[in-house]
Parts: sequence; structure tokens; C-alpha cells
Amino acid sequence: MASKATGRWLVLAVPYLWLLALFLVPFLIVFKISLSQDAIAQPPYLPTFDLSGGWALFRENFAELSFENYGYVLSWDNEFIEAYGSSLWIAGISTILLLLVGYPIAYGMARAPKSIRPTLLMLVILPFWTSFLIRVYAWIGILSPEGLLNQLLFALGIVNRDAPLQILNTDTAVYIGIVYSYLPFMILPLYAALEKMDETLLEAAADLGCPPFAAFWKITWPLSLPGVFAGCLLCFIPAVGEFVIPDLLGGSDTLMIGKVLWTEFSVNRSWTVSSAVAVLLLMVLVIPIVFYQNLQAREMERR
Amino acid sequence: MRKGLSWFNVSSIALGFAFLYIPIILLVIYSFNASRMVTVWAGFSTHWYWQLFQNQQLLDAAWVTLRVAFLTATVATVLGTLAAITLTRYGRFTGRTLFSGMVYAPLVMPEVITGLSLLLLFVAIGLDRGFWTITLAHITFTLCFVSVVVQSRLVTFDRSLEEAALDLGCPPFKTFFVVTLPIILPAVISGWMLAFTLSLDDLVIASFTTGPGATTLPMRIYSQVRLGVTPEINAACTILIAIVTVVVIFVSIMTKRQEIERQKAERMAAAEG
Repeated sequence: MASKATGRWLVLAVPYLWLLALFLVPFLIVFKISLSQDAIAQPPYLPTFDLSGGWALFRENFAELSFENYGYVLSWDNEFIEAYGSSLWIAGISTILLLLVGYPIAYGMARAPKSIRPTLLMLVILPFWTSFLIRVYAWIGILSPEGLLNQLLFALGIVNRDAPLQILNTDTAVYIGIVYSYLPFMILPLYAALEKMDETLLEAAADLGCPPFAAFWKITWPLSLPGVFAGCLLCFIPAVGEFVIPDLLGGSDTLMIGKVLWTEFSVNRSWTVSSAVAVLLLMVLVIPIVFYQNLQAREMERR
Repeated sequence: MRKGLSWFNVSSIALGFAFLYIPIILLVIYSFNASRMVTVWAGFSTHWYWQLFQNQQLLDAAWVTLRVAFLTATVATVLGTLAAITLTRYGRFTGRTLFSGMVYAPLVMPEVITGLSLLLLFVAIGLDRGFWTITLAHITFTLCFVSVVVQSRLVTFDRSLEEAALDLGCPPFKTFFVVTLPIILPAVISGWMLAFTLSLDDLVIASFTTGPGATTLPMRIYSQVRLGVTPEINAACTILIAIVTVVVIFVSIMTKRQEIERQKAERMAAAEG
């Protein structure tokens, strides 16, 4: 009996402790470093808590912590606030585009004959298995001024060879990149919600003389809302912190917080400021993240 | 409303798939281009593939990446399955909210935050950065994906099978390996594959947590991509795409066959009883 309880306890404890040590504790460290000051030392911040120094030293170190970095990040003189704003804006627009592109595809898939649905589903998931970096990279070759899209437009005579479309290194390229990379994340929850829907509801509406579009708006759309929320959150939250897409496809004036954090960390080498940027980004995202978690947990329990 | 597909449904599926696949197909085609210019077609050639196999740096990076991905997937599958069992079988327990929060949050957490926080942890505890720190970081974020995949299988399967085994005196540990694991195996395998490809794929978290001497393939590709598009990178990408496609198709055929056989066995058992 005792061994049974121990076994039960171990199953719980191993992943729990792992996540505590490597997911939760790191956040506390980030928070602590965001209150520290940069220093030329190893590690490059002060104070470092030395517990061997006893209580007095601990208190002394504690007193050195300050919110100075937050003041720096939140000051209008620096580009951080602008970067947060433009990240939220770009992620928001991308999420709306994703919904507009993904919904008709998921809807079509859910209405396809049952026999081909697994194949369609697999075709949506397959590109997701290929590297994110590769998929973003593929668009550089398409969107660049001498790229394949412009070549096609030259050949069709739509665009003059002397004035190719400038899409690469603009915000438009970032939107295309995000929509392309995140599309499966939008389609899958939408499809899951639409596939469960009872077709007879629509038949009843049609029998009672409801036109198809009104039936869609009054029946299908409300019933698919859980999928819409899940898809939008699944795309919006990571898109706000996106780094690779704005870096490779965006221009020098594309300001996104993930890229700013990376630059602050790897170029300016300020660990304390990048920690403060990360903490603030997390605070911006905490509401959608909690919302998403509740949605996920409820979905699992309902089944 | 009539059943079946309208022209609108068909065209949205067709356009959607065209959008998803054309960029990848173009990338593959241009990896066989004879010209160094990526956008000008100058005839078929496998030149860039030969070039690739002489690029020692790239090969080294590929080897590091494969080792990290293999270790990551294996450990993350074990931990993720344990986490899934806890979340679906243990009911309410103290700290459950925190636990489920820690399982779901990394799914949407921006990679820059995960990467930075893990790096700062490794620095704080004085761990030398390199192969092992990348692996630890990858296990942490992929185990959550494994857990979600396995959970979705655990909640849909018939628990009376487990209960029957336990009632007949089978110890819980053995019940898991004899009854539960064979049933959830397809989900565990796809969890392993998901963890493997996520690890293979990751650039941001690896860049934060790496140290001298451990450069992964995405990091190597990224540093070359920043300098511009080259057919050599196209060739490297094509090889990766080919590997992933073959593995995914192979596993999905395997799991489908297993599923059909299991259903057949169940039907036969029902007929006999």
C-alpha cells in the first residue's frame, strides 16, 4: 500500500518539480534581475545575493534592488513603449487576417465528405512539421525585389521591370509571414469547433425559410466561437513576442518588442533592461494567457 | 442547407492549400537550380547538394541538432506523459491550478521570454552553457506539447479497461504498461515526434541558452539567411523537409494500421463474447 502511494506521488512529483525548477523559478530570477543594475562583472548585474554573507549582507543587497530599469523602459524618450504598441498592433491585425483566411478553409474542411477529412487535416498539419525558419526563409525568395513574385508580375506585364514591388522589408511582409506561419494554429481549433456542429440545425433553419447567410451568422458563427477564441489566442499571444519574422522579413523601421528584447540582450548586452522588457511583456500578455489556459483546461475536462 | 461542398468551400480549400504549399514547393524546386542566382532558372543540377555535404560546419551543426532533438524528445515524452496522467487521472489536488498553468503556459509563451528566463537561470546556478543547457531548455518547453497530445488521448479512452485490470489485482504500475500504454501509444509516438521536430526547429530558445561549441542547425542556417538567399540553404532545407515528410507519412500510416487492427480485434472479441 505504501509503495502504491509512493508511485502515485512520484508520477506527480517528477514533472511538477521539473516545471517548477525550469519554468517558474526562471521567471522569479528574471524578475529579480529586472530590479538589478548592470555591472561589468560575471554575471553582468548587481547585486548578486550571497547567502554566505548572512542576514545583514542579504538586507544590504536587497536594498540595492530598484525599479530603475522599469522607469527607463517606460520612459517616452526610448522606443520601448512604441515597440509594445506596434507589436500589439501587428499581432492584432495579423490575427484578424488569420481569422479571415483560416475560417473559410476550416469551414470547407468541416463540410467535406467524412472520408477525405483526415487527409485534409493531415495536409494542414504537414507544413507545420517543417521548420518555421525554412517557411519564413521561403518567403524571402518570393517577396524580394528580384524575387519570384516580381518575376511573375514582370512576365504578366502588370509591373514594370524598373519599379518592382517593394514588399520584402516592410510591414506587409511581416503580416504575410505571420499569417503563413501561424495558419495551422488558426485552422485546427476552428475546424475542431465546426466539425462538431450539428448539421440538422442548419437544415431546420433552412426549412423555416432562413437564408443561408443569416443561418450562418445566427447559428454557425456563434457555435464556432470557442474555436474562434482558441485560434485567435493561440496566434495572437506568440505573435506579439515574435522575433524571427520581423527580423527576416521586416524592415529596419518594423518595431517589434521581441526583436527589441533580443537587440537589448545580444547587442547592447544589458541583461537587466532586457529582463525588465520581458517582465513588462509578460504583464501585457498575462490576461490573454490566463484566458487561454482556462479555455484549454475547460476543453479537456468537458471531453 | 444541402450537404456537401459548395463552390465556395472547394475554392477556399484549394486556395488555402495553394497558399500553404506553393512557397515550400518553390523552395524545393530552386534548390535544384544550376545558377547561383536564386531567382533565375538555369537548368537542373544537384551541385548544391554536393556542396552541402562538403560544408563541415553545417554537418557538425546538424549532428548537434539531431542529438539534442533525440534526447529532448525522449525525456520530454516521459515527463509529458506523466504530466498528462496527473492532469487527467488525479482529480483535484493541492497545487493543481499551478501545475496545469505551468503545463499550458509554455504553449503560447513568446520564445524570447522562455529563452531569456532559462538563460538567466543557467547563469545564476553557474551551469556551463552548451549542449546540455540547450537540451534542458528544449525538454522544458516541448514536454508541455507532449502532455497536451497525450491528454487528449487519455480523456477519450474507456477507463473501465484500467479499472478491470486493477480489480483483478494487477498492480497499478503493471496496469499502466499492459493496459494504458498500448492504448495511448499512438499519442505518445506523435508526442515524441512533435517534441523532436520542435527541438529540431527551434532557433530562439537555442540561441539564448547555447554557449561556445554548441551551434545548432537553425542557428547556422539563420546566420547564413541573414546574408541572403543561397541555393545551398535551399538544398539544406529540402533535405530537412524530405526527412520530416517521410517520417510523418510513415508514422501516420503506421498508427492508422494499428487503429484498424485494434478495432478488428475488439470486434472479434465482442463477437466471441
